[in-house]
Amino acid sequence: MLFKNFDPQKKKRLTILDEKGKITNPELEPKIDKDTLLKMYKTMTLARVVDIKSLQYQRQGRLLTYAPNIGQEAAQIGATATLEQKDWFSPGFRELNAFLYRGVKLKEVFLYWFGNEWGNHFDESVRVLPVNVIIGSQVSHATGLALASKIQDKKEVVLTMIGDGGTSHGEFSEGLNYAATFNAPVVCVIQNNQYAISTPRSKATKAETLAQKAVGFGIPGIQVDGNDVLAMYVATKEAVDYARAGNGPVLIEAVTYRIGPHTTSDDPTIYRSNEEVEEWKKKDPIIRFKQYLIDKKYWTEKQDKELDEENNKHVGEVFRDVEKNGHTELLDIFKYTYQDMTPQLKEQYESYRKFLEEGGK
Amino acid sequence: MALLTLLEAINQALDQKLAEDKRVVVFGEDAGYEGGVFRVTAGLQKKYGELRVFDTPIAESTIIGSALGMAINGLLPVAEIQFDGFLFSGFNEIVTHVARFRNRSRGRYGLPMVIRFPSGGGVRALEHHSESIETFLGHIPGIKVVVPSTPYDAKGLLVSAIEDPDPVIFMEPKRIYRSGKQEVPEELYRIPIGKAKVVKPGKDVTVVAWGAMVREVEKAMKLLENDNIDVELIDLRSINPIDEETIINSVKKTGRFVVVQEAVKTYGPGAELITLVNEKAFLHLEAQPTRVTGFDITVPLPRGEHFHFVQPERIAAEIKRVAKY
Repeated sequence: MLFKNFDPQKKKRLTILDEKGKITNPELEPKIDKDTLLKMYKTMTLARVVDIKSLQYQRQGRLLTYAPNIGQEAAQIGATATLEQKDWFSPGFRELNAFLYRGVKLKEVFLYWFGNEWGNHFDESVRVLPVNVIIGSQVSHATGLALASKIQDKKEVVLTMIGDGGTSHGEFSEGLNYAATFNAPVVCVIQNNQYAISTPRSKATKAETLAQKAVGFGIPGIQVDGNDVLAMYVATKEAVDYARAGNGPVLIEAVTYRIGPHTTSDDPTIYRSNEEVEEWKKKDPIIRFKQYLIDKKYWTEKQDKELDEENNKHVGEVFRDVEKNGHTELLDIFKYTYQDMTPQLKEQYESYRKFLEEGGK
Repeated sequence: MALLTLLEAINQALDQKLAEDKRVVVFGEDAGYEGGVFRVTAGLQKKYGELRVFDTPIAESTIIGSALGMAINGLLPVAEIQFDGFLFSGFNEIVTHVARFRNRSRGRYGLPMVIRFPSGGGVRALEHHSESIETFLGHIPGIKVVVPSTPYDAKGLLVSAIEDPDPVIFMEPKRIYRSGKQEVPEELYRIPIGKAKVVKPGKDVTVVAWGAMVREVEKAMKLLENDNIDVELIDLRSINPIDEETIINSVKKTGRFVVVQEAVKTYGPGAELITLVNEKAFLHLEAQPTRVTGFDITVPLPRGEHFHFVQPERIAAEIKRVAKY
């Protein structure tokens, strides 16, 4: 099986699609139907446009903080595309591609980064937990979702994602160990984008790979070229099937790179060289996937240009709508702390509402 | 009706909720096979199986974090933390996620879940086994915090906690787990969360306490039997929400207010209740509201803990002082 053939401790890393978009491992090429491949590609290109435009909006003072995903599209999409609708996704905060693929609305994405909690109120059917900023916890939450799936025999799998930096957090280990103990159906993808803000992976752990941390939990671990959407799909598909069959969690390390800053508050030129960034830009996951689709006659450069224009127009429209209508109502900040406001809270709300209604006097 | 200890009443509540509702699951360190270090969950795994009553690794963060996931995905988790002082290892999950999920998701994901743990001192235990941590918990918007002082209340409050749509912290005063039995109805019943109870009506001094301290106040009242002070004793039962009405109505009647807390003094619930009395019954006060509390120190190990824990004599002296003021 795949996990045995790609043992991270033997320095094995799964790749299928090279930087030029050519298949290097034909026997492992997944059979994904055209519609799905195009959905994957279109989501990646849409997310790329959202990232680029969000960075601009932030610089213009129209968005607050934003955490871009540029370079990490394949790691997220290859993994997420293996899920069924009934499965769950327990995110961190840099998973725009996965969000959009699962069906989170772009409007919600912008609302969140605009500073409004309604941006975390997703349609129930998408089965995505809200953005999680306190890293590590998403693994515990995934474990609970997965245990509930097991206890109720629902056969749902839970995908969770964490960064290379997040693997230093206690709950990464606690959660995976716990999930493994119960054979809970969790698939954990580490987006190893090489930096925890400014701290390089080498300073986060002595382990040679992050995938090998699986050994300590007694679960399979595999290292994958995270910029290769097909390799990510193949590894995650195998992991999802394995977890769904009741064998327990799998750990996948997606080796990728954050082309942009950690967030808009970060200046990456302080801690990494331009040469390094340029090297990684050559490994762009979107370029190689596009070539693969063109070679398969599923896509053309002309379609690509049209899509890009469409994406830019759409993203601009959605953002302007959020900018106009995305402000918070007073009642919102009180109403959702409990199902029903406690008497104390009700009193605070009523008294402040009255104060405002009387012109703040 | 059967005569039950507080511990047995909790066991019965869990047992009956497990029987009645398939969504209820009970788990924690040693909570499954052994039935917990205090045996609160004794017999439940045998009756309901390892899928619904189970042992967990020593992992408080994930015990609480996984309860969150279970609550979202169709279950009613009742997570046990083995001791009060161990809750801090999982505190991050409570503060940063459990309490916030409903608000964070604008109502998409409310969390019907319970975290229960043996609370407070008085069992001559090791460090971290005798803490009164309700101050920390009462300060967190988004959770409810309750503490029973009798077997009857323990069962009724726990049933309400399990059925509540919001996360509830259920503190179990461990020193009275087995001290004293009370008639507890066989059927399921509920005690509303957020309602205090007037344990004994009186007209001279209002005394508010909760958990094991209710018993200590009762002992103090015995010491005062010949002093002609008519104490109104209120069992708070709910740290959050606070039953303001019961407290304020009482103070308006007595004009005197003493709050008794086992926890260390500064910023404790006592401070909050005194502020409440000042804000809403100031003109009715005959004496300054006051509190009897633990000291602002680390809970001493057993050879020194008796100095720290609030004794009936200290309570009696303070009630007397306030009554005569």
